[in-house]
Amino acid sequence: MEAFAALLDALVYTRSRNNKLALIADYLRRTPDPDRGWALAALTDGLDFPAVKASTIRNLLNDRVDSMLFALSRDYVGDTAETASLLWPEPIATTAPVPSVSEAVDALAGMTRATVMHELPELLDRLDANGRYALLKLATGAMRIGISARLAKLAFAQAFGVSVDEVEEYWHGQTAPYQPLFNWAAHGAEPPSGEDLPLFRPFMLAHPLDATVVDMADYAAEWKWDGIRVQIVHAGGETRVYSRSGDDISGTFPEIASALYIPAVLDGELLVRGTHQGGEQGGAASFNALQQRLGRKTVSKAMLAASPAFVRLYDALIIEGEDLREHAWEQRRELLERFIPRLDPERFDLSQIVPASSLDELAIIRERARDDAIEGVMLKRRDSPYVAGRRTGLWYKWKRDPLLVDCVLMYAQRGSGKRSSYYSDYTFGCWNGDPDTGAELLPVGKAYFGFTDEELKWLDRYVRNHTVGKFGPVRETDKSLVFEVAFDSVHESKRHKSGLAMRFPRINRIRSDKPAHEADRIETLRAMIRD
Amino acid sequence: MAADFSWIRAEPNGIRITPAGCWIDPVRPVERALITHGHSDHARGGHQRTMATAPTLSIMRLRYGVEEGGVPATYGETVELAGGVTATFFPAGHVLGSAQILLEHAGERIVVTGDYKRRLDPTCPAFVPIPCDVLVTEATFGLPVFHHPPIEEEIARLLGALTAQPERCVLVGAYALGKAQRLIAELRLAGHTQPIYLHGAMERMCRLYEEYGIDLGDLRLVADSPKADLAGHIVVCPPSALNDRWTRRLPDPITAMASGWMRVRQRARQRNVELPLIISDHADWEELTSTISEVDPAETWITHGREEALLRWCELNQRRARALALAGYEDEDD
Repeated sequence: MEAFAALLDALVYTRSRNNKLALIADYLRRTPDPDRGWALAALTDGLDFPAVKASTIRNLLNDRVDSMLFALSRDYVGDTAETASLLWPEPIATTAPVPSVSEAVDALAGMTRATVMHELPELLDRLDANGRYALLKLATGAMRIGISARLAKLAFAQAFGVSVDEVEEYWHGQTAPYQPLFNWAAHGAEPPSGEDLPLFRPFMLAHPLDATVVDMADYAAEWKWDGIRVQIVHAGGETRVYSRSGDDISGTFPEIASALYIPAVLDGELLVRGTHQGGEQGGAASFNALQQRLGRKTVSKAMLAASPAFVRLYDALIIEGEDLREHAWEQRRELLERFIPRLDPERFDLSQIVPASSLDELAIIRERARDDAIEGVMLKRRDSPYVAGRRTGLWYKWKRDPLLVDCVLMYAQRGSGKRSSYYSDYTFGCWNGDPDTGAELLPVGKAYFGFTDEELKWLDRYVRNHTVGKFGPVRETDKSLVFEVAFDSVHESKRHKSGLAMRFPRINRIRSDKPAHEADRIETLRAMIRD
Repeated sequence: MAADFSWIRAEPNGIRITPAGCWIDPVRPVERALITHGHSDHARGGHQRTMATAPTLSIMRLRYGVEEGGVPATYGETVELAGGVTATFFPAGHVLGSAQILLEHAGERIVVTGDYKRRLDPTCPAFVPIPCDVLVTEATFGLPVFHHPPIEEEIARLLGALTAQPERCVLVGAYALGKAQRLIAELRLAGHTQPIYLHGAMERMCRLYEEYGIDLGDLRLVADSPKADLAGHIVVCPPSALNDRWTRRLPDPITAMASGWMRVRQRARQRNVELPLIISDHADWEELTSTISEVDPAETWITHGREEALLRWCELNQRRARALALAGYEDEDD
């Protein structure tokens, strides 16, 4: 438990993602089984002990510390587990040794509401303040230290020198303490088998085309639809819908999860029915419409009727038990085309091939994509196998060029981590009328990337020299600097005073040559809405 | 005789000793001031006559320039004030020159602790409990969650971080008066003989400490040192400089802060601190409460800090107590 407590403490104070990775990897390497497996589950909120609640901790403390002193302390510290770890009376004489993580997990799992009030104190008495904090965090499943499942998997891969794609694939279907995973990665055993389980397989991803020139004889082009990439898996009688990150979103899209009953693993774009993207023929609503359905654990009947979802299929990884990933894209495509008629047409259709004999021809087609509100085009090498991650030369994404608008820097805020001494987060605005006749700037967006380190230094100095007001970590500038801001699209939004919200805004160029009153107006930005 | 202590009163301006016509740690300029210690929330400039220990007067001279009217007080020597009041300064163990002040009038004894701690500190004499009728105490760390670990443990963690990543430096934010010098002195006691680098704002106070015979070893200025020289070394700066542009001249610093507040994780995170060091020049909860028990006054008055919790403790322990609600005292950085 001491090593886990030390890890937790170090993670609390570490901002850099790389340092967090190194800390977790180091812990995983040094810690014996099954402790490290339980710790990994705890870090990713994968543990649940129904008998231990925040109220349990409050009750335990109120039996030992004056309730007013506890309440005052809790208010100051802001965290029940931490307050309790600090206020817990040190035992007169420590009788039992510090428990290991697995010992603690076993004990916590064995507690019931009837026994927790005397069993939990026995555990707490065996730990120091940091140990008590770790135990209570582990017991209540409220780590809140910013370790995502993805980060944990990366750390696992880093710890044992295995590929993160393999970790992703074998992880699914495993439960804490993940013994088969450690047997495989740390002890060289066979990887866990995923047959007959609806497991996630890592996605194949594309590189941006940028200046690369490809021969269209070797590549096929498809539209790049603006939805969310999903994997639909049916195995062992169960269906799952997975997002790009491998999260199970079946509950959010039940109409998709219930529409596949043939064993298969399919790759496609999840969209909502509409005419926004590609008109009647395109048949898909905007990303904004899809967003209304994202992030919901349950979905109402009204929403299912108003915004029905479907999947536009790009690829097939497995069909009826046969793994197609080693096959060429062309072969997979043919098998997918033959498979599609067996699926519910309400829920599945096929991503069409865009015929183009040269990149120039494709460029003209791609330009039209903006009118059709499509994100761009994809290029897939006809002989490419389906490999996890981004592999150079196989798949490219060729997005339409970004939209541009000139905005004025209004506020700047300090960044975090390495950037904590720099004003690196910028809020910018457009004019709500003619600036020469008293128009005002209204904020339209915020960006913290798109500039080089040199430019950041310059911007930081600029902000400090042009500050007219300070509000905590935020500085208001004299509104004299123009940014050319690039963004993918713009939408109506009630959240901002300007009524607009940009998607993926970034600083494209610093236009120190341009006077602020020549920056764009809100109406210019509004005219770019394609909703 | 019914004690009423009406000759001493808490006013928004500070603690007033009416018959003597003087104030303790007044926040505005007054004619006659008694100053417990040199921190700026207690020692303000501009008083006509200032009674304080010699080091405190030196600190005030350093901070506010030339000050006329300084009256040095010696620990343990009783001084007659006006109106039949006497004052005696005793060590408070807080910083160099810090004092508690015992005031006596009409057979009543009142001790104003100022800020104090009970741990040993190589830079100042230790706190002495003084029997009294009224103990006027601080409560900066007046919550039972505050427990300052032994300073040796914190120094060991600091030196451990330094050796673990020798290509970086450890930048410690520490209050420029007291904390910084105590930290350096403790590092020296732990056998750390390497040069310690200072932010420019630290230098004069460190030199003053040395003039009072406190050896701080090899101190150098960051401004005089090339970046590469700082790797593997300790740099001390005021807390306000921790995330300042100034830090860009340091080799990938590990940000540390020496403060009692570092006991609470979110407080450390708010300041972007990677290495929180729980080092305080104030009494922690255990010391505050045991000092009250030890001195055993008829009444306890609480000047500033988390007074609600300390009042509650007094109530639970059947002790008369009240909060003075003085404005203007708080060590956010301590």
